[in-house]
Amino acid sequence: MTALSPDRPGKTRLPLTLESLKRQRSKDGFGQVFQGLLLFSVAIAFAMVATVLITVLIDSSEVLRGQFWDFLTNKSSSDPAKAGVAQGIRGSLIIAGIVTLVAFPVGIGAAIYLEEYAADTPLTRLIEVTVRNLAGVPSIVYGLLGLAVFVQGLGGITGGSSVISAGLTLAILVLPIIIITASESIRAIPSSLREGAYGLGATQWEVIRTQVLPAAMPGILTGAVLSIARALGEAAPLLVIGAAAFYSTGFQGQLDQMQGAFTALPMNVATFAKLPADVWAGHAAAASVVVLVLVFSINLVAIIARARLTKKLGR
Amino acid sequence: MSSLEVNNPKVSMSDQLPSSPVSETPPTAGDKPETVFTVRDLNVYYGDFRAVVDVGLEVYEREITAFIGPSGCGKSTVLRCFNRMNDLIDIARVEGQLLFHDIDLYHPDVDPVAVRRRIGMVFHKPNPFPKSIFDNVAFGPKIAGMGGDLDEIVETSLKGAGLWDEVKDRLDKSALGLSGGQQQRLCIARAIAVQPDVLLMDEPCSALDPIATGTIEELMREMKSQYTIVIVTHNMQQAARVSDRTAFFTAEADEATGQRRGKLVEYDDTGLIFSNPNDERTEAYITGRFG
Repeated sequence: MTALSPDRPGKTRLPLTLESLKRQRSKDGFGQVFQGLLLFSVAIAFAMVATVLITVLIDSSEVLRGQFWDFLTNKSSSDPAKAGVAQGIRGSLIIAGIVTLVAFPVGIGAAIYLEEYAADTPLTRLIEVTVRNLAGVPSIVYGLLGLAVFVQGLGGITGGSSVISAGLTLAILVLPIIIITASESIRAIPSSLREGAYGLGATQWEVIRTQVLPAAMPGILTGAVLSIARALGEAAPLLVIGAAAFYSTGFQGQLDQMQGAFTALPMNVATFAKLPADVWAGHAAAASVVVLVLVFSINLVAIIARARLTKKLGR
Repeated sequence: MSSLEVNNPKVSMSDQLPSSPVSETPPTAGDKPETVFTVRDLNVYYGDFRAVVDVGLEVYEREITAFIGPSGCGKSTVLRCFNRMNDLIDIARVEGQLLFHDIDLYHPDVDPVAVRRRIGMVFHKPNPFPKSIFDNVAFGPKIAGMGGDLDEIVETSLKGAGLWDEVKDRLDKSALGLSGGQQQRLCIARAIAVQPDVLLMDEPCSALDPIATGTIEELMREMKSQYTIVIVTHNMQQAARVSDRTAFFTAEADEATGQRRGKLVEYDDTGLIFSNPNDERTEAYITGRFG
């Protein structure tokens, strides 16, 4: 049996038997335990999300079934049967628009500069580390920044506690997330792709525009959409910059409304949740469902866009 | 290193040579071909590390010049000086003289982008762009603002790279769907689409199987009539099969620092390098005793 492998002097070998090649299960006990723990972690994470979803859906069922359309189209009211989140939806959509218009170009631009143009100096690295840290700053701190800069400092333009201030504050809040995810997508583009374009006589700008950005776009898009979802869910900064529970528009025009009092869906959730539970129980949950549906729809659009872009790249 | 080479290197080598190496190489007296690159005292540094030491050689028009040598001998680094690809590495620095015809490639007024439009490059791993086959070939002409019919340029280039018949029905399909050998020929088509004077090939067959390698070598011999080609290769038989001249580089430890630095050992007609090398290090390498 040992004839399979020629004997080498000074080395003893186990005889080759079927037994010696059989899997020795008992020896891999730790592997089994580890795999079990990992599965447990997945189960916990999944159970948490499922619990939240199910609770919210059950709690909101009465409101959503009884007054679905009124809930979506009415503004908030002191009467539980009439109260709705129309103003919150409007505020959240405008905020999402402002974040898209401000944070996307600035964030993606900053990422391109940091990855493609900036020399690798201590200053660049300091900026990169700072951006990473900024992503971990509590959102309420951004609320204070928004209060100081947009509500008070630029109050003449934003109109003070307005949906513009809220959108700009949340744009700043998600900027680090966009910069980090876009940087990582750009960094993941293989250098062979850049070299191929440079080798054909492309300028740096042509390489970035025609090769790096299109190839990195699916990843950039994913980060950008996640950041929108984050912005839509934030209530704390809105509280600090002075979002209203609900407001009266009177006879204001569209521009005046942009600069006037505002609210947003997370604000609606917070407001409903503070009211006496016996008659207002379902409203907070129902407003949460609206936020979730909004976020999921945006994610869906991004997934479809990502799939089309990826297909176009032929991967 | 295959066992064939180790067992009987000289025979296997000369078997693969063109039938008559002497007649294949241009006569040395009289009509000497025009010099395309003149390299004198070329030194390349990566930061403080001197990677290539005092290289001097000349590359002639419409010939295939091969750079061979063990890993780390600086052959790719030297090749990447010819189209200033090393400029893309922040810490790389080039000293010495590198003339393209009679123009100093490293003159402060020379734009590397303009250099790369004249001196094309094919890389060791096929790197097609994640776009359609057509767009891959059309990329260079487009950014160069070349006039003329793009369809025609693409067709001519793909024919030149021997790929047209295989892809003519799927020009709008992604280039990533091609096989490795087809991808590399697409990269060659892409490079010749801008009508360069010179084609630099950095181990173009290292990621390909023997059949695809054979196709590319065949292509190189055909392209020789129009282009000056410089090829870096790990494969000595490949150098013997396709090249007119061969430069043998080696990596030697520096006495002072102990760092391994690339040096040019010998540069001559390919036939001579493989049959009767001057330097014993060349002989040791081509007979498989090291490297």
